[in-house]
Amino acid sequence: MRERTLKLVVTFPSTTAAMAMEKHCKAGGAPGRLIPVPREITAGCGMAWMARREDRPALERVVGDHAVPVQGWYELLL
Amino acid sequence: MIYLDNAATTLRKPRQVIDAVAEAMGALGNSARGTHGGSLAASRVVYGAREKAAALFGCPRADHVVFTCNSTEALNIAIHGGIPAGSHVISTDLEHNSVLRPLYRLEREGRASLSFVPADRRGRIDYADFERLLRPETRAVVCTHASNLTGNLVDIARVGAFARAHGLLFIVDASQTAGVFPIAMEEMGIDVLCFTGHKGLMGPQGTGGLCIREGVELRPWKVGGSGVQTYLETQPEEYPTRLEAGTLNGHGIAGLSAALDFIRETGPDAIRRKETGLMRRFYAGVSATEGVTVYGDFSGDRAAVVALNIRDYDSGQVSDALSEDYGIATRPGAHCAPRMHRALGTVEQGAVRFSFGWFNTEDEVDAAAAAVRELAL
Repeated sequence: MRERTLKLVVTFPSTTAAMAMEKHCKAGGAPGRLIPVPREITAGCGMAWMARREDRPALERVVGDHAVPVQGWYELLL
Repeated sequence: MIYLDNAATTLRKPRQVIDAVAEAMGALGNSARGTHGGSLAASRVVYGAREKAAALFGCPRADHVVFTCNSTEALNIAIHGGIPAGSHVISTDLEHNSVLRPLYRLEREGRASLSFVPADRRGRIDYADFERLLRPETRAVVCTHASNLTGNLVDIARVGAFARAHGLLFIVDASQTAGVFPIAMEEMGIDVLCFTGHKGLMGPQGTGGLCIREGVELRPWKVGGSGVQTYLETQPEEYPTRLEAGTLNGHGIAGLSAALDFIRETGPDAIRRKETGLMRRFYAGVSATEGVTVYGDFSGDRAAVVALNIRDYDSGQVSDALSEDYGIATRPGAHCAPRMHRALGTVEQGAVRFSFGWFNTEDEVDAAAAAVRELAL
């Protein structure tokens, strides 16, 4: 397995919100990609947005500008 | 991409299925809505699909094949429309949420009580438990034909004999087996068979249905336009109209009809031999690897599914690594099968599910097994 590093993980209340996040991040050039929600957050499946820790301000701007519903912000070893 | 998520949906479809949908979108009117050429073309396609589904599943009457948008809808119709209030229902730990959530809802609303045949750590059930769980008020058995997580098969003929002996309604979820494993409703004692079109049948998403044994009464949960008996204030009683209010997915059903042709021409036996052969090849390539835990019972016939974990790694991270680093598509997490994961002891970790289909190759299987071995190093 890949070496784990500390990552920023954003979770959403729905798949629709996750897809909105991807659309707006891609359109605005914000970094990251969708991954399965890590088990440290929930065992209940779903998608999360993963990026570098230092990308948080850019992602917060996307979330704020486009009113993307977010469930939580996490920093995890992935 | 090496696509090994066929238990979720078969991504690769026979060419004739794709062509049939495209042709239908340029040619079909609304089925059962008049007698102009477009409407009749749709009615003929839908009727043909009913006949083919009835033949495949041993349903004696084509007019007892009802089309829905998937097996979840079919199961909801069967469970909510066929189980009388106050019933006790027996199901199993192998079930998908498409069975569990409708049953749990009945229980929460005080309309049914539930018992589940437990599964052991290898996902196996003891058939004697059905007798043990029987109560005077038991009215129905709802049971999958195969676990979508482990691939373990349920002997539905045996469960059907139990249900018939006690006069119970027997509802079968064939989501993981339709088109691949033999299903004969009459011989197996199945009252309602629920299927989806987009998995083993290799048809379009948005298609599925239920086959109903003659004499079984299901109350519709949706009522509305039927194209017949317009001045009747209630839904017509006749199947399939009783359960098909609103416009059918004619374009999708045209694809499903072509898929049923493909299944018949290719032969479910040939499909099963190939898919389970690939599954066993993969199992042989990973099961002895240090750090790899494979779930399920591989001692007999089984669906073409292998669920595993690598060491204590998060199944989501393993699946993500397979996708990002190897181009292999699998499904991590809980697979909408909460009771099965509890039985296996994998609630926290989930599992990585590899599921094989008609269009997979031995080279793809070998590449996937090599990737698992490498991730386990």
